[in-house]
Amino acid sequence: MRISPTKFISLLFLVLSVFYLYTAYNIQVFAFDENAPFNARTFPIYLGWAGIILSSLKIILPEKLTTEVNHKHLDYKSIIYLIIISLIYAAVILKIGYFISTSLFLFASYYFLGERRWGLMFILSFPFVAAFMYLLHGLLNIYLRDPFLKYIGVMG
Amino acid sequence: MIEGILIGLSTALSLTNILMVMVGCFAGTIIGMLPGLGPMTAIALMIPITYGFDPSTGLILMAGVYYGAVFGGSTSSILLNAPGIPGTVATAFDGYPMAQQGKAGKALAIAAYSSFAGGTISAIFLLVAAPSLSKVSLAFRSPDYFALMILGLTAISAFSSKGQFLKAMMMVVLGLMLATVGQDSLSDITRFTFNNMNLTDGISFVLIVMATFAMSEALTIIFRGKDPNRAAKQISLTELGSIKVNKEETIKMAKTIPRSSILGFLIGVLPGAGATIASFLAYGMERNYVNEEEKQKFGKGSVHGLSAPETANNAACSGSFVPLLTLGIPGSGTTAVMLGALLGFGIQPGPRLYQTNPEIFWSVIMSMYIGMVVLLILNLPLIPYIARILAVPRNYLIPLILFFSVTGIYLMSFNNFDIFLMIGIAVVATFLRLYDFPMPPLILAFVLGGLMEETLRRSLLISDGSPNFLWDRPITLIILLITITIVGWQIFSTFRKKN
Repeated sequence: MRISPTKFISLLFLVLSVFYLYTAYNIQVFAFDENAPFNARTFPIYLGWAGIILSSLKIILPEKLTTEVNHKHLDYKSIIYLIIISLIYAAVILKIGYFISTSLFLFASYYFLGERRWGLMFILSFPFVAAFMYLLHGLLNIYLRDPFLKYIGVMG
Repeated sequence: MIEGILIGLSTALSLTNILMVMVGCFAGTIIGMLPGLGPMTAIALMIPITYGFDPSTGLILMAGVYYGAVFGGSTSSILLNAPGIPGTVATAFDGYPMAQQGKAGKALAIAAYSSFAGGTISAIFLLVAAPSLSKVSLAFRSPDYFALMILGLTAISAFSSKGQFLKAMMMVVLGLMLATVGQDSLSDITRFTFNNMNLTDGISFVLIVMATFAMSEALTIIFRGKDPNRAAKQISLTELGSIKVNKEETIKMAKTIPRSSILGFLIGVLPGAGATIASFLAYGMERNYVNEEEKQKFGKGSVHGLSAPETANNAACSGSFVPLLTLGIPGSGTTAVMLGALLGFGIQPGPRLYQTNPEIFWSVIMSMYIGMVVLLILNLPLIPYIARILAVPRNYLIPLILFFSVTGIYLMSFNNFDIFLMIGIAVVATFLRLYDFPMPPLILAFVLGGLMEETLRRSLLISDGSPNFLWDRPITLIILLITITIVGWQIFSTFRKKN
């Protein structure tokens, strides 16, 4: 038996709702609040039940409008590259600072998306990020944490 | 009211604010023009920039971006038949055929004039309606607000679901679930944090908007890059033709604009309806109004067919501000993003905003109008140049969107947990969008989640835990009956399709 992607997503949502409801029932409330008409558990419990009912209906009821996705037309390779680059970017941003990590992220993203005009790639990464940082930090006075630039004395 | 208008004008006409409207309109036009990126993405990308501004200036920038993005969406509809936003789909019906006939400049000018006229008429309606509605809405109590939020969420699900109501309602529940993460507002008990300190304050609204719109939009563009139906169509951007509109065309526009403005504004006021429905209804209505000869031209480059949806979508944008400013309840995804931004500035929109922060209330209304004037005088002569933005390759566009999204989150918390969370939510949202699970209901539910729990808490405490509060007050009962009608209509249409 083949299960449609929509019903599979609904099944995942059902599992999430059951887990959410279980966690909601286990929220620790104050002893005096235990039998109150409304406590920290009430709203999440309603939501958990709503999620279970809606996802069950979606699974049980026949589909009128099916969403067809042709997987041959989906560019999995580029999206996986972009997600990996973004994850690396998130992992190093605190360690090597905003300027270098962001510039490298932009440069690598252009490269993996197929760009090979090196000059333009460079301008739209390092000088572009520097100009953006100047706009935020220098003109709008928005603090941008960058330990590296602070270390070399560019930022205060 | 005159005093309020003067307060609004003096705030909106300060040099900084005029500059912000201009920057906003320009940036919004460029972002809105890029297929796939709409006003919600444009406003979300502006949020980090507004951190350093005072609330009025920040909101004025966002209002400019909003109108600019709607106009930008029309440009890509007309030139590429690739609407930037759903609200400009109907614009492409007659705008694109006009462009193919070598009258792209004229089509863009008609769109600009119609948008301006629709926006002007609806701004006048807003000016009159908002203060009166503010006074009426003071009579609203917690059960009424709770019922109104249920109505808003049901309505946005019904209108944005493309016939898949259950999917949209599931997104509403998901949005509400995400809103419950963190400390409970009354008891300070932490919920769904799984002992992670980073989640104690809850998930940030900006993070959710950036993840579900800006970032997932960018990932979707890349993901569907090989889809031949979605590949960008090429057009000779040097052959836009004249932007002059002749007398006959002006007369046609003059007939269409008033009726489309009224319809657009009224649709915009309804929770959940917004620009998309307004533009389609206006197109349909206009087709019924014109004579048989004109009717034949619809879909082949009709002035009426282009002017009607353009007028209505801009009028609906102004209309959607009515529930936001008077009740504090956004009627659309875009106004939900603006509500989040207002809350970020420490401002609670609602009936009391009119009394407590009149300068913000009036300056938003006035700046919307100034935004439209700026849009017309700034963008119209620049159309041939702005149109070249459509040639920006996605290899540059996508990384820049991701960069703005990550920067927005990093500026807020200087914490990489939030960036990881945003990437995770964006990946899930990308897959959900692939299978037509709509995102606007999720955003609206996330924004309203806290307020909804608060009003439910008050209602239940007042009624001592009894559900009687749902039918005790006539206003609550009427609102809930409307909600039930919408749900009933959705069920009926599903069965009708089946048969």
